[in-house]
Amino acid sequence: MNYLKMDLWQVREALKTGKITSVELTKLCFKRIKETSNLNTLISTCEEFALASAKAVDEARASGQKLGALAGIPIVIKDNINLTGTKTTCASKFLANFVSPYTATCAQKLVDAGAVIIGKANMDEFAMGSSNENSAFGVVRNPVNTDYVPGGSSGGSASSVASGQCFGALGTDTGGSIREPASFCGIVGLKPTYGRVSRYGVVAFASSLDQVGNLTRSVRDSAIMLGVIAGKDEHDMTSSSNAIPDYEKAITGSVKGLKIGIAKQFFNDKLNSEVRSSLDKAIQTYVDNGATKVEVDLPSLDTALAVYYILSSAEAASNLARFDGVKYGVQSKKFKDLVDLYFKSRTEGFGKEVKRRIMLGNYVLSSGYYDAFYRKAKRVQKVIRQEFEKAFEKCDIIVCPTTANPAFKIGEKSNDHLAMYLTDIFTVPINIAGLPALSMPCGKNSEGLPIGMQLIAPHWKETTLFNAGDFLEKALKEGK
Amino acid sequence: MYKTVIGLEVHSELNTETKCFCSCKNHFGGEPNTHCCPVCTGMPGALPMLNQKAVEYAIKMGLAVGCKINKYSVFERKNYFYPDLPKAYQISQLEYPLCVGGGVEIEVEGKKKYIRLNRIHLEEDAGKLIHSNSGTLIDYNRGGVPLIEMVSEPDMSSPEEAVAFLQKLRSILLYLGISEAKMQEGNLRCDVNVSLHKEGEPLGTRSEMKNLNSFRAVTRAIKYEVLRQAEELNAGRKIVQETRRWDDNAGKSYSMRTKEDSQDYRYFPDPDILPIEVEQEYIDKIASTLPKLAGERAKQYVEKMGLTEKDAELLTQDRKIADYFETVVKSFNQPKFICNWILGEVFKKLNSLENDDAEIEINPENMAKLLKLYHSETIGQGTARQLLDELWGTDKNPEIIVKERGLAQVNDTAGLETILKKIMADNPKAVEELKAGNQKMMAFFVGQSMKATNGKANPKLVNEIVQKLIKL
Repeated sequence: MNYLKMDLWQVREALKTGKITSVELTKLCFKRIKETSNLNTLISTCEEFALASAKAVDEARASGQKLGALAGIPIVIKDNINLTGTKTTCASKFLANFVSPYTATCAQKLVDAGAVIIGKANMDEFAMGSSNENSAFGVVRNPVNTDYVPGGSSGGSASSVASGQCFGALGTDTGGSIREPASFCGIVGLKPTYGRVSRYGVVAFASSLDQVGNLTRSVRDSAIMLGVIAGKDEHDMTSSSNAIPDYEKAITGSVKGLKIGIAKQFFNDKLNSEVRSSLDKAIQTYVDNGATKVEVDLPSLDTALAVYYILSSAEAASNLARFDGVKYGVQSKKFKDLVDLYFKSRTEGFGKEVKRRIMLGNYVLSSGYYDAFYRKAKRVQKVIRQEFEKAFEKCDIIVCPTTANPAFKIGEKSNDHLAMYLTDIFTVPINIAGLPALSMPCGKNSEGLPIGMQLIAPHWKETTLFNAGDFLEKALKEGK
Repeated sequence: MYKTVIGLEVHSELNTETKCFCSCKNHFGGEPNTHCCPVCTGMPGALPMLNQKAVEYAIKMGLAVGCKINKYSVFERKNYFYPDLPKAYQISQLEYPLCVGGGVEIEVEGKKKYIRLNRIHLEEDAGKLIHSNSGTLIDYNRGGVPLIEMVSEPDMSSPEEAVAFLQKLRSILLYLGISEAKMQEGNLRCDVNVSLHKEGEPLGTRSEMKNLNSFRAVTRAIKYEVLRQAEELNAGRKIVQETRRWDDNAGKSYSMRTKEDSQDYRYFPDPDILPIEVEQEYIDKIASTLPKLAGERAKQYVEKMGLTEKDAELLTQDRKIADYFETVVKSFNQPKFICNWILGEVFKKLNSLENDDAEIEINPENMAKLLKLYHSETIGQGTARQLLDELWGTDKNPEIIVKERGLAQVNDTAGLETILKKIMADNPKAVEELKAGNQKMMAFFVGQSMKATNGKANPKLVNEIVQKLIKL
């Protein structure tokens, strides 16, 4: 029995029925991490802490105590999520030695549900990037083919889940940072509705777009994890008190009557033909099983990327200003005065992509440019939201590719920033509209690289994503 | 000549239990960095949670000065780097402040004037830098404490008006009980904008002065700035728009930065804080809890206690004084007598302390006892004054002191008569002069009888007895 290939829900059963203990499972994961260290998925591990948590769960289970939803299951969290006593580097040189003085709400919820946190995942520095090449701790590799990028910014989380190092991971998604790597690595990635999961303790990139979500090997796993991390947090004003449904129970095994929205803007002529045919097949599977296809229109979709780079960079410039060399992180050794301390510490601590975004962000917020950029972007954001709302009057779910192409080779786009930014063209609009979306595998190209499909639902309708996602997942497995 | 135009930006810390965006205690003092958490020290990933109480207090102030309360208001980030600002941005308000408009009436030398307010908004305070020999240290205890900024229109034209305006705001803050409003502890601070122009001409270029920590500093800084600008203008130079720092020791201000190198704060709505939406019902509820302000109390003092308008106004300016007065009156129902004593002797004492924030440091019960002794002529004025000094800052009971030290006046008519008969016998010349109508000689007899009684003779009684004796 290869436990490391199991889905989270399967290993949950194995633990429940006593086929394996959490300590044994945790040890297997650490063995796997060592075997696959070439993937460079984790920045730090917490073996001692993990084994102690696993042991505690095993003992609690043995004594018949009631256990949480993730009891004894090894999980990885992205390295921009604070967990007391662990290093939280955000894959930046600036925070290379920063030890969290407190725990993020989402991490606490995992711990409270009995999860065994085994390590902190590599990522693009401060979650800025689409390939995980912008890490001060080195490139992460795609386990499907190690010459390829795993996607970003939650590339470490995706590669770790895909390579069997853990059974699920937390990531963060500001413009596609969960869905794109999930798609590149052939796993499931969920970006919940904005406000569904608390952001408290998660190092902010762009506060109005950031959302914590999860990466798993199956849709059911995704539903289980969201059930654990969702909910109102008194430490995050933007978290919602909307009721949390039983996500696992939302999986019914039927898509009869489901209205699937297709927007032509997602299927333009730049779309890779293998991606298109995989998508067509998936949509046909839905139709064959009682769903109907509806055409919807999202005319402003192509403006989303511009809106995204204005809003996210503006917020990032402000969010990252606290890294000033005064309180924690890099403090330059050779400064003359206060201003010099700021300049040198930030120059030494931040990588190129981060600096690029900070400059862009400060530019669009500066006096004289604010109205032309920031204010206008906020207005366009409203329009994009309204277009999605209108589309959802006609359908239950919108289906589209997660990315126009499968994973690219390491180094292929490192010098073409615009090409890199364009990778996120289908995922970014979802964050702009604050909607929930799920990326799941729907096939492979001729080179064996995974192709990702993106399901988008109205606000708070993650249930629809899980039901539709699970249906297709099973259909593909059974070759329906 | 030039007309002076003055506008004020007044910052006041609110005395909420906890800070503006986290649950840390909002306490003045305390060991450095003991009232802080990940939120108010700007740890990566920490998020602000708005303190409802701070919003309520800001609305209270807005209502008390007749502002319009905005039903929709937004927090923005004011971005700049400084070590006392841990997030490198201050959460403040710009486009949609909580309160707009309103104003207060001031009175200077008998002339009343209405000073308009532009806005009141809510923001957070920064930490405090402590410069030491080993370098600069930072205390974040004050970081994140709620502040309201009250911005006036440029409606004042003299330092006296500026101080009156500031005192008026302070009085209201104290009445509402939403701030300690102490200038010296820095929980009431103000920046002053000054410009000069000629009658009929448009407003001149203004300069802004910072670091004004007392009413005296405000007065001096404005006087200095008016002279400086007048000299510049008279010399044919233009006034540069700039920020100046007042140095109270040197009695001068210095340019900190001009408009050219002023900072671009890159304000934008804080995405971590949802816009505040307040309902009319909530505003009405706050309005119904507003305490009586100075004007209303003064009116009551005139109508029910028979004080003069002037006295009532002086007594009610500071809520603590008015509260004190009312407590004393409760145990000793002589409002006029008590009022005269507070406005005279007590104010003299307070002024001698040279502290804008000084309070009466005798508990009202002891004050009532002291005044009863004085009013009943058990002690004389001299003794009463002396006891005021002695009781200050202590819990001593004046009745016991008077008894133990035998400070009571001699009110024994027969005894005093014996003493005075002897004095008159010893000083026949003085008696003659008094009889001849030289009333000044009365003082001589009072003085002599004081000498004979160790200062305890009741002067009024002495007077009566002497008058009686010379008529014999």
